[in-house]
Amino acid sequence: MYDIAVIGAGVVGGMIARTLSAYDLKICILEKAHDVAMGASRANSAIVHAGFDAKEGSLKALLNVRGSEMMAKVCRELGVKYQNNGSLVIGFNDEDKATVESLYTRGVANGVRNLKVLDSRELHEIEPNVSQNATCALWAPTGAIVCPYELTVAAVGNAMDNGADLKLDFEVTDICDAGDYFEVVSAAETVQAKYVINAAGLHSDAIAKMVGDDSFTVHPRRGEYVLLDKECGGLVKNTIFRTPSKMGKGILVSPTVDGNLLTGPTSVDIEDKTDKSTTPEGLARVIREAGENVDGVMFNKTITSFCGLRAVGSTGDFIINMPRTRFVNVAGIESPGLSSAPAIGEYVVDLLKNAGMTLNKNESFVPTREAMHAFREASIEEKNAIIKKDPAYGRIICRCETVTEGEILRAIRENPKPRDLDGVKRRTRAQMGRCQGGFCSPYIVEMLAKEMGIAYEDVTKFGGGSYVNVGKTKEVK
Amino acid sequence: MKQIDLVIIGGGPAGMSAAVAAYESGVRNLLILERDAHLGGILQQCIHNGFGLHRFGEELTGPEYAWRYEKQVRELEIPYKLNTMVLDITPDKVVTATNSEEGIFQIQAKAVILAMGCRERAKGALNIAGTRPAGIYSAGTAQKFVNLKGYMPGKNVVILGSGDIGLIMARRMTLEGAKVHAVCELMPYSGGLARNIEQCLHDFDIPLKLSHTVVGIHGKERLEGVTIAKVDERRRPIPETSEYIACDTLLLSVGLIPENELSKTAKVELDRVTSGAVVDQDRQTAVEGIYACGNVLHVHDLVDYVSEEAEIAGKSAAAYINGESAEGVDVSLKADGKIRYTVPQRITQKKDVTVYFRVADVYRNVTVKVKDGDTVVFSRKKPKVAPGEMESITLKPEMFENAKELSFELEVQ
Repeated sequence: MYDIAVIGAGVVGGMIARTLSAYDLKICILEKAHDVAMGASRANSAIVHAGFDAKEGSLKALLNVRGSEMMAKVCRELGVKYQNNGSLVIGFNDEDKATVESLYTRGVANGVRNLKVLDSRELHEIEPNVSQNATCALWAPTGAIVCPYELTVAAVGNAMDNGADLKLDFEVTDICDAGDYFEVVSAAETVQAKYVINAAGLHSDAIAKMVGDDSFTVHPRRGEYVLLDKECGGLVKNTIFRTPSKMGKGILVSPTVDGNLLTGPTSVDIEDKTDKSTTPEGLARVIREAGENVDGVMFNKTITSFCGLRAVGSTGDFIINMPRTRFVNVAGIESPGLSSAPAIGEYVVDLLKNAGMTLNKNESFVPTREAMHAFREASIEEKNAIIKKDPAYGRIICRCETVTEGEILRAIRENPKPRDLDGVKRRTRAQMGRCQGGFCSPYIVEMLAKEMGIAYEDVTKFGGGSYVNVGKTKEVK
Repeated sequence: MKQIDLVIIGGGPAGMSAAVAAYESGVRNLLILERDAHLGGILQQCIHNGFGLHRFGEELTGPEYAWRYEKQVRELEIPYKLNTMVLDITPDKVVTATNSEEGIFQIQAKAVILAMGCRERAKGALNIAGTRPAGIYSAGTAQKFVNLKGYMPGKNVVILGSGDIGLIMARRMTLEGAKVHAVCELMPYSGGLARNIEQCLHDFDIPLKLSHTVVGIHGKERLEGVTIAKVDERRRPIPETSEYIACDTLLLSVGLIPENELSKTAKVELDRVTSGAVVDQDRQTAVEGIYACGNVLHVHDLVDYVSEEAEIAGKSAAAYINGESAEGVDVSLKADGKIRYTVPQRITQKKDVTVYFRVADVYRNVTVKVKDGDTVVFSRKKPKVAPGEMESITLKPEMFENAKELSFELEVQ
């Protein structure tokens, strides 16, 4: 019997589980995919928003500003890269200028610090590569960037290090109230938990319905991105947004914490919650509008393009409530969900406290986790000391991102353990560079097979039927 | 810091030939650094034959060709370190590398030969719309799975790009029992060798669809199919010509890119067209004492030419280490566009210089002209030239000794 089951191992579920693991509770995280961070947390803009977008008084505004304040510390504890690079919302005409000013007013009301409205000269002093046609901007020095799947992996991993269980491939098909606990059912297994937290992202409406709550729906909004080589990462320092429209914040151009340049997203409402395909129109729009906002974006240095689905709730705000006793919805967490995630964890704990749940401190709670990039950032002397102890750190497997065998093995053995090629990629960056795994993926398949004790041909790209190989040569029918 | 006269980065065909040539020119304090577990580089996975026709007058497989050089390296006792990755090269030739035994170490070299080879252009660079399932590989990655690991990446295959590795893999996958449905090529001609089109596609009835590309990728877990379409003369897909092909594998053979990340750390000037270093006739880069050869310099179609070029680099590096110098000139070579590039791009010595070049399109009945201003110093007729086949001409000192710039032009009748 668990005290709490958290459904969904995205950044929201992960941060909630991590926050709860500081208390003396038996926690179980249930995830339908083959790995953590497989929904919106896998593919989004990777921005810690300052907090000037959300409407005054909304839950989004409250949690965004609080989350943004917490993020640096949370990342430091979890060993996750965080960069306070600032953000700029640029405008091109009088109408945009009015938007910039209203965002400023809203930001001040939301409690965002150090906001400033810039004229063209001030803007181009900060960012010379922003389009010369831009005439004004809102500057939020507290804006930051973070890697969303790195944060998710670290949050879930930290929760696990502090005693939480993670069950992958656990697709919840039903939830039955057994009086003083819930039975959370999947095809293979049933988990019993006194409390259930619904952090199922795009599918949180379906989960809520299982306990009779149909007060909201969630639909997917597609966002397409194009990611460029590290050669381009220095084009801008701040995250560059266009003045927003009803459909979102437009096409941004931003450095990433790993030094790449990210452009996107589009914003198109769709029906299919599993459709993560990119479209010719979408990619063309990203390329066109990124080029309008920033000069010199070299799309011939594209490394990859991808699509993420935002979980857009029907209420216009985050939906965090208890529709019945011992059941918490954390739904409709669209942007600024990543920014808010640490604050959501805190908020949910308060909600549970107020609902009468007993929360005693977990005396052995360790809030920290060794950074995955610790080896990469060590000095030559430190690295050599590590290599002496473990020679695997001397051998480079991924040449484009300079990832060693030691780092990959560490990732494969560490909570939450990756079980496929993409999982190794998200944790170590191996296969994420220019050659996109062309050279190193055959070796990583071998390492995964050996560590997991499975056959070479049973290794997948991301679980399910995503096999890398179909069998041995001479034996394929 | 350890002092070594000549450090060679890469133990593939270029690195080994360069090492042997340098040794034969008297260099004894030299070292090859190879990132893989064996010498020979990518040749080890090229188990088909066709290597060595120019060099040895016989048809060898990739591993056999590599062995011819590895044998010499071993017999001459040229030192090499395997599983050793170079992390940095400075302009004053400090080489930083790492391996499991020694950790991260540094070497002060007198001369460095860059022989890191090239990598395949990846799918991301093409921005094909659709899903991101398993089953999409560069042709070389598939070659590694099949030939070195013994595993089949798939059974129903479409290949995008008709580069040589793509053509070779069309045959290889067919021989292993897979069905190759089509090879699509964006351009109106193939980028591969004529003999590979014949032996790898025609002999197996694999259709080559010229002026076609992949416009859609389908399948959520494993690839289920691709949409292909014909392209117009500006290489834009024509939607009405779209065609769905069910397949579980898409192999990409869409170009090779010289791997010059280390050259950049050494501040070596790069050519925008070749993506390799700008070199003189000795294959010396703009940084004194740093040489480049093989596919890191420009992508070759035959390994035989790689060996030839690496020997030039090896000999020249030896001469540099031994302090030999020759009578100097300073001539820059310019390509007119129909000729895309030349290697070398500069001539600094009065001696016979063989200039290699590649053309931008398929042209028939052409005259290759080399001009010093308006004066034609060299001219040769050719029935046909194509981007997939590298050309070369040899210039005599009297053709360039008074020139500042030589212009390489292609006259098309």
